Amino acid sequence: MAASGARLHLVTPVWNRSTRGIRGLSRAVGPEGSQKKGRSLLQFLADRFYDVQALREYLLRKQVLTVHQKNRPFTYIQERFGPHVAGVYFILKQGGAVKFQGKEWIRSNARGHFPLDFVTFQAVPVEAVDASGCAINYQGLDSLLALKELQSLWLQRCPHVDDWCLSRLHPLANSLQELSLAGCPRISERGLACLHHLQNLRRLDISDLPAVSNPGLTQILVEEMLPSCEVLGADWAQGLKSGPEEQSRDTASPIPA
Amino acid sequence: MLRRALRLGLGRGPLSRGLGTHRGDSTLDQNGKLSEIKKKIQSVLPGGAWNPLYNTSHLPPEHSDVVIVGGGVIGLSVAYWLKRLEKRRGAIRVLVVERDHTYSRASTVLSVGGIRQQFSVPENIQLSLFSIEFLRNINEYLAVVDDPPLDIQFNPAGYLLLASEKGAAVMESNVKVQRQEGAKVCLMSPEQLRNKFPWINTEGVALASYGMEHEGWFDPWCLLQGLRRKVQSMGVLFCHGEVTRFVSSSSHAVTTSGEEVTLKRIHEVHVKRDHSLEYQPVECAIVINAAGAWSGQIAELAGVGKGPPGTLQGTRLPVELRKRYVYFWHCPQGPGLETPFVIDASGAYFRREGLGNNYLGGCSPTEEEEPDPGNLEVDHDFFQNKVWPPLAQRVPAFETLKVRNAWAGYYDYNTFDQNGVVGPHPLVVNMYFATGFSGHGLQQAPAVGRAVAEMVLDGHFQTINLSPFLFNRFYLGVKVQEHNII
Ligand SMILES: Cc1cc2nc3c(=O)[nH]c(=O)nc-3n(C[C@H](O)[C@H](O)[C@H](O)COP(=O)(O)OP(=O)(O)OC[C@H]3O[C@@H](n4cnc5c(N)ncnc54)[C@H](O)[C@@H]3O)c2cc1C
Repeated sequence: MAASGARLHLVTPVWNRSTRGIRGLSRAVGPEGSQKKGRSLLQFLADRFYDVQALREYLLRKQVLTVHQKNRPFTYIQERFGPHVAGVYFILKQGGAVKFQGKEWIRSNARGHFPLDFVTFQAVPVEAVDASGCAINYQGLDSLLALKELQSLWLQRCPHVDDWCLSRLHPLANSLQELSLAGCPRISERGLACLHHLQNLRRLDISDLPAVSNPGLTQILVEEMLPSCEVLGADWAQGLKSGPEEQSRDTASPIPA
Repeated sequence: MLRRALRLGLGRGPLSRGLGTHRGDSTLDQNGKLSEIKKKIQSVLPGGAWNPLYNTSHLPPEHSDVVIVGGGVIGLSVAYWLKRLEKRRGAIRVLVVERDHTYSRASTVLSVGGIRQQFSVPENIQLSLFSIEFLRNINEYLAVVDDPPLDIQFNPAGYLLLASEKGAAVMESNVKVQRQEGAKVCLMSPEQLRNKFPWINTEGVALASYGMEHEGWFDPWCLLQGLRRKVQSMGVLFCHGEVTRFVSSSSHAVTTSGEEVTLKRIHEVHVKRDHSLEYQPVECAIVINAAGAWSGQIAELAGVGKGPPGTLQGTRLPVELRKRYVYFWHCPQGPGLETPFVIDASGAYFRREGLGNNYLGGCSPTEEEEPDPGNLEVDHDFFQNKVWPPLAQRVPAFETLKVRNAWAGYYDYNTFDQNGVVGPHPLVVNMYFATGFSGHGLQQAPAVGRAVAEMVLDGHFQTINLSPFLFNRFYLGVKVQEHNII
């Protein structure tokens, strides 16, 4: 058979060359790429036993699931009291704070409890939300976007707020005047570019964003894009480390004139 | 134990039914035995990728349930979904054959990375919506334990399509369809356009449509590498080589209308290695044609289109190489951070690239202007004559710009209707297509991979019904009418 006669030869030198090429590539992208020096015991076991591998994959999935669960909408409340109340409930449940127009800030106490009398404020617009440090993500924004009259939004140090989330803020364009994204680890200049939809912004805090590759230039470009907005960037944050946070917690009227 | 296994392997003849025995050569034989021993040892000892002797993972296996021709983004996505949707872990063996592991000519890495929902055919919109969800959750879909998360570098800047008076009515009806499918697209008048993007000259623009969410551009290389890393961890095999031949058998059948047809089934794929005249046959049950711009040739190898003209047998896969240029320029006074992916009514397009006032763009030539696809050289006159004039008219700041770089890539161009071909061939019964995307294949890859996997595993489409994209349409002459081909 001619076909079988021409089958593979294993040791031609040319082959060895290309073999190395392939292996080199797979090392760069494949699982071998993770063979670092300081491996954990789990990693060591995982390389040898499939069950450990499966366990670790499960743990990885679990992490993701927890965030998803925290961001599920409260459908029951939504049906009973409308999206407005459900949005407020969602923020409070996450550990954030909410301010209805002309009222005091509402926030949960140390044990996660909060007064439920806001249910009666259905006709009162929410003017400010402080979700700093909350686990809110892309899905969770659904609840937030129900608050159509929102003027101030603080999303400082939110671990799951990313560029995709920023691309969803445009429905708030008519009302939103103040936005703080300081310290969000996953926001880059690519997401900041979408903020041009928010033409009513008067104050924007983009300090301390580690994923922004070029903070100085980015700030200038954001200022050009939003000419009537005061943009707080890198150097501003250095002098006033805890400034924006205190302000968000304590000021009754968070929008400086 | 190791020594015993070694002795076992070397001692017994039948065990070394490896690659080596196809030739009488003694060194080869030894090597064949070694790989056999290695397999033996691996089967005795617990653990996965432990390589006691040396690595032969670059060689194609002798059998694989599915052979995917082409390791671009489409091929890898099919591999991913096959493994993900398989009923039991390790139920199907998947082999991806790619002839160029540097991807130097693959469309995937030469594309401009755009994703949009501004199409006119509902299926195209659905594919893109599925893909954007995939990209957004890419670190859930493509997570690999111990590997760093992927950064797909998505720029959610939106697409801005401009229409002249002639095209305005079509644009309006397209946007209606897009909204129905769930895309976030809005229409803008020239006045609104000027307010939002003062750098645009709206002369000759009657209407614009602008994607508010889910549209923009991303890094195709990152998607490709992420898929590759993931499918490797799922047990998909890779092989570096070129598919040169299919061995198939045929049988005759009569259709309900009394027509006699020849059904073909591929049994073996021949994979030729680089710099070598030899090839390795791989026995397989299913072949996926994901060879991008070269998929027409692969179809021909399988006998598609070899028959009297006008019959199903004589219907070719109408996918060709078409050369497209991308130019990269710098313009200090150019539009800022808010710049979307702009597609002018003339067909010329551009988008921002990074922060330094850099842009990239191009334009598809007319049928008469099609350049020779024999090489990937760039025609700089094309920019001067065809791309620059409409763009400088639209964005006056572009009158002063400096081209810094340019490249060319191949569209997997479907000459029939510029849309994807997805699903099995009616006569070569175990060849499935995933090709012909003509400039929007990157953004459809995650969804198309799933559709093909569903077709292979369940026999029909489930998530998105892609039956309008089946091969049959070339024979029946039914075009998928997409207005927004760029
Ligand atoms: C300039 C340009 C801009 C584009 N812009 C966009 C865009 O903005 N958005 C978008 O969605 N799409 C875009 N595209 C289209 C997109 O790139 C393609 O549709 C998509 O990448 C196709 O993927 P693929 O995997 O089928 O092809 P490829 O990436 O070309 O992969 C096919 C692979 O098959 C291999 N192969 C071929 N023949 C054989 C063989 N016989 N044996 C083994 N291997 C073989 C090739 O080496 C190649 O690597 C653009 C394309 C170009 C050229």
